[in-house]
Amino acid sequence: MNPYDLLIAPFAEFDFMRRALVGVIALGLGAGPVGVLMMLRRMSLAGDAMAHAILPGAAVGFLAAGLNLWAMTVGGLVAGFAVALGAGAIARATQMKEDAALAAFYLISLALGVLLVSLRGSNVDLLHVLFGTVLALDDATLLLIVSISSLSLMVLAVLWRPLVLESVDPGFLRSVSAAGAPTHLVFLALVVLNLVGGFHALGTLLAVGLMMLPAATARFWARDLTGMVVLSVLTACASGVVGLLVSYHAGVPSGPAIILVAGGAYALSVLIGPVGGLLLRLVPRRHLEA
Amino acid sequence: MNLLTFRDLTLGYDRHPAVHHLGGAVADGDLLAVCGPNGAGKSTLLKAIAGVLSPLSGAILGALPRRDIAYLPQAAELDRSFPIDVYDLVAMGLWRRTGLFGGVSRADRTRIADAIAAVGLAGFEARPIGTLSGGQMQRALFARLLLQDARLILLDEPFTAVDAGTSADLLALIQRWHSEGRTVVAVLHDMDLVRHHFPRTLLLAREEVAWCDTREALTPENLSRARRMCEAWDERAEACAAPKFHGTGVAA
Repeated sequence: MNPYDLLIAPFAEFDFMRRALVGVIALGLGAGPVGVLMMLRRMSLAGDAMAHAILPGAAVGFLAAGLNLWAMTVGGLVAGFAVALGAGAIARATQMKEDAALAAFYLISLALGVLLVSLRGSNVDLLHVLFGTVLALDDATLLLIVSISSLSLMVLAVLWRPLVLESVDPGFLRSVSAAGAPTHLVFLALVVLNLVGGFHALGTLLAVGLMMLPAATARFWARDLTGMVVLSVLTACASGVVGLLVSYHAGVPSGPAIILVAGGAYALSVLIGPVGGLLLRLVPRRHLEA
Repeated sequence: MNLLTFRDLTLGYDRHPAVHHLGGAVADGDLLAVCGPNGAGKSTLLKAIAGVLSPLSGAILGALPRRDIAYLPQAAELDRSFPIDVYDLVAMGLWRRTGLFGGVSRADRTRIADAIAAVGLAGFEARPIGTLSGGQMQRALFARLLLQDARLILLDEPFTAVDAGTSADLLALIQRWHSEGRTVVAVLHDMDLVRHHFPRTLLLAREEVAWCDTREALTPENLSRARRMCEAWDERAEACAAPKFHGTGVAA
């Protein structure tokens, strides 16, 4: 098999592969930087919880209108925000810590979502919602995903300074400005938006994968924030492309293939990453002069 | 001229007072030490002045806008594992000039470099903050305070876990702020340091024990009274009945 057949032909020959390609690259562009900030703010698991929380909302949309893009998107957005804000509010109003509140919310959401979808749909519909359909993106879905990532990049560009400041030293930001709380809300909104975008392609269970795995990978290669963001975006996009090709050539489902490629990149980075990778720690090297 | 006036100020958490019916005033340009045993409400008072904590009752009059206050908390919520370097950390101090979106001009860059040099961290600009020692971190935070160019500077135990050389350097910065006419309020435990460098002292034990010239405030009697007063914390305390007015630490 020559390189053309291996790398180009699948996309050149099939419309659905080209659509999937545009979809995963758009997702990577949005989810890459958002994922890095999530990781650095120690919200990786919160992202997971929020992704699951989208399910019952999308399911209500599904009950109301079947596999309708807008109904499921709006439902997912509403449910995602509700859980993000609800968990935060419970953490602030009671003695419960935010991680426990999030865990409670997402377990309830997941059970409720599966129940709701099963009320009307088949197991195929359930699989569709849980794992997405990256190979069946229609024009409207593609437009939605691309709009979400464009919006994310613009919002990140405008709010980068307060976002970083709020991540490094929230106390300082609070003491000089009232921008902290709104910044945090806008960031949560970005997370939910990107998860809903990812949800259509990868499903509620895997959507967060393209956000967290590339970010965690980038951590092992870059020391500074800019480098991390660039690497995270590149890893996310590359995982998408390679995952699609693997899925095409090996005949395996594309969503899991994409996430597994990202997972492979992560595993490799844990081993050989120059910033705190395992191998570097195991190889005994002489300590420096100063 | 008073910069801040506390009127029957009660601060606390969960309705338990940590500072109880405090009255008094901080004069403009004051160099004030706040002393007292653990749990005396010193940090709580600083938080309230900084505007991060609202009073349970009473009020702080003449509160400055947030941008005129520079506040260094005791345990900064700073995430030291965040991949940011010393330069960017110090540059945060320019918030008042740049705000959310403003650019950093060439003059600003000079200011940042000057602040880093002033705290003795020249050459450390590109170091990630995670690699700094405790003392170097405190120097970087002081550089950020320098850039904040604030009228009122609040320091909560700035010399804890810092070696003698670093404290001396940072103390020199505090004196520079004082000579520039800025108001400095610092929570401190080292009584010798307070006696030598801080003209005025508020000795706090939830209530005011003394608020006057340092020499008169830090007498052995006052200090032991402060220790005794701090030991009463009642989980099932009754609601405080009538507001008491006492405390006359009004500066001239």
